[in-house]
Amino acid sequence: MSGTITPVTMPKFGLAMTEGKLASWSVKPGATVKAGQEIADIETSKITNGYESPAEGILRRQVASEGDTLPVGALLGVLAPESVSDEDIDAFVKKFNEEFSSGEESAAGESAPQRKTVAVGDLDLSVLESGADHGGVPVLLIHGFGGDLTNWMLNQPALAETHRVIAFDLPGHGESTKDVGDGTPAGFAATIAKLIAELGTDRVHVVGHSLGGAIALELAGAHGDTVASLTLIDPAGLGTDINMTFINGYIEADRRKTLEPVIQYLVHDKSLVTRAMVENIIRFKRLDGVVKGLRTIADVSFPDGKQGFPLRSVLEAYKGPVQVLWGEDDEILSVSGADGLPASVKVTRYPATGHMPQLEKSSEVNRAVSSFIG
Amino acid sequence: MSRKSFRQSINEALRQEMRRDPRVILMGEDVAGGRGGTSGVKDAWGGVLGVTKGLLTEFGEDRVLDTPITEASYIGAAAGAAATGLRPVAELMFVDFVGCCLDQIMNQAAKFRYMFGGKARTPLVIRAMYGAGFNAAAQHSQALYPLFTHIPGLKVVVPSSPYEAKGLLIEAIRDDDPVIFLENKVMYDDEEDVPDDPYTIPFGEANLTREGDDVTIVAFGRMVKFANEAADRLAKDGISCTVIDPRTTSPLDTGTILDCVADTGRLVIVDESSPRCNLATDVAALVAEEAFDALKAPIRRVCPPHTPVPFATVLENLYVPNTEKIVAAVRSVASYRMKEEA
Repeated sequence: MSGTITPVTMPKFGLAMTEGKLASWSVKPGATVKAGQEIADIETSKITNGYESPAEGILRRQVASEGDTLPVGALLGVLAPESVSDEDIDAFVKKFNEEFSSGEESAAGESAPQRKTVAVGDLDLSVLESGADHGGVPVLLIHGFGGDLTNWMLNQPALAETHRVIAFDLPGHGESTKDVGDGTPAGFAATIAKLIAELGTDRVHVVGHSLGGAIALELAGAHGDTVASLTLIDPAGLGTDINMTFINGYIEADRRKTLEPVIQYLVHDKSLVTRAMVENIIRFKRLDGVVKGLRTIADVSFPDGKQGFPLRSVLEAYKGPVQVLWGEDDEILSVSGADGLPASVKVTRYPATGHMPQLEKSSEVNRAVSSFIG
Repeated sequence: MSRKSFRQSINEALRQEMRRDPRVILMGEDVAGGRGGTSGVKDAWGGVLGVTKGLLTEFGEDRVLDTPITEASYIGAAAGAAATGLRPVAELMFVDFVGCCLDQIMNQAAKFRYMFGGKARTPLVIRAMYGAGFNAAAQHSQALYPLFTHIPGLKVVVPSSPYEAKGLLIEAIRDDDPVIFLENKVMYDDEEDVPDDPYTIPFGEANLTREGDDVTIVAFGRMVKFANEAADRLAKDGISCTVIDPRTTSPLDTGTILDCVADTGRLVIVDESSPRCNLATDVAALVAEEAFDALKAPIRRVCPPHTPVPFATVLENLYVPNTEKIVAAVRSVASYRMKEEA
């Protein structure tokens, strides 16, 4: 009978996660859960995220208690139908834990994808590839202003189950060279076209977030053949308004106390903004050249407090499939940017979601991208 | 980003600033070869604990200068070089040797800007090792940052981790005033993730390494690590602590200390330096004066006894503040009840 027992294990959210804390169970032992239903909240040094049940069944056992900090892959609980006996579950837990503790080190680290540095002209771009074994058209993830490739930590692993997925740090961001060039979306798009060629591919599904959405549109405009499809998440370029309190605050705030309220604009659920998240942004901004680069981007992208690059015409001219995903409570770029798009564009609006649906509604976004690119 | 030791972080900060700015030079006893004379061996040591290793090879003898064992002469020379256009990083080896060159620091470098009507700049960094726990005996183990903090005109940095050390040292080198940069010699092999790119951490901005509601712990240098351990242990017993790493003792981020004490009402200060007129007394005076109404318990200081640092290992271990002592101090203030309430 043990074949029908499904282990619920500590997930791995993003590259750096080696352990996580079971913040709380969302369901009681004995509850029947559906696949995809949130059954627990997992807290990492970077983010707290809902954990979705891997299968349908009854949560027969909560092996981990709320507050426990456990390595990735450790057993949190057990799902099984009623027909499985308690003895079988006890045996399963015992066996799992024995095998897990003996293989713990290899499970946590070695197979994880590693960042690499790719030279594009004078720039060194930090790239994280996963799912490299998959054939077909790869997925390219473009983060937004002030972000980095870890913005995709809840998406890249899921998409990599079926596709080669390329995430990277834009120039001036993350671990890439801090030279932003002219700072325009078109300038970044030109760099990305070279990066794509450098990575040995000529066609990618592009997923762009925020300013990365505007960059994705510029890429589609200038290199339409390279772009197999466009998924634009809360993108710039479709509306005119921009929250300059966020933009200026992000550039200028240099202490946790002043930066935290700025970062909270990004999400609907403000509790998602952790100490570590804010601290990581402060550390990023301390790097030589970062603040200057962000200022350059902001000055050219948002002159006079408005978006400076209307890209609706580019979107209309692009021949490939386009979908737009938007958080209804986006406080950076208003969801009204999704209004009045051509009928061919698939628009999904997420209620009770801010500027980063890929974090706040990661599973929905992952499903939307997967089903869209096939 | 990669894992780097405290030693590697300091070496990288020096290397990156020397690449960036040709005015940055190193000088001190054994910062280059360490053999001297005619042995022909160059870059053998890179300082007694290998912190400057490899810099002679990259930057040559014009920029990495081994000096005679004459602190008064080379610290004086470094101050003069700073006042006339270079940006020297002079290494005093053990901070205990400052007695030999205190005039050059206290009465010269620290006073140039003031004495010359604000027109002189002295971009000098003096690096030195400090601290007990290395079994280096009484003349090589003191934590003398209070001495420098006492002198107006000096900035004083006491980094608490590899990440902190790199960013604060680059800030020190780019600063136009004399900066005393003190490295706890027991921490050189501590490791953590440190960015590969250069970055700066501003002076006078404390870092909160833990945030809690019950007790504020202010700790300096290596003591931050112990304070964090204490806070984590106490959290399991339901006592939540804020841990403040001031990073620099001069300037001191008094605002953050007062804000945190206003929130918690209880203060423990952990200072590895001798207990009289040290940073713990300084912070205690600040809080007693400016935040008396916020206090729910007496201020507690965790400091060594007022003795030379013992050489015998058991005594040295007894001398240095540790996690257990911090835990005990925090418990005592957390459980304290004012007389009226009792």
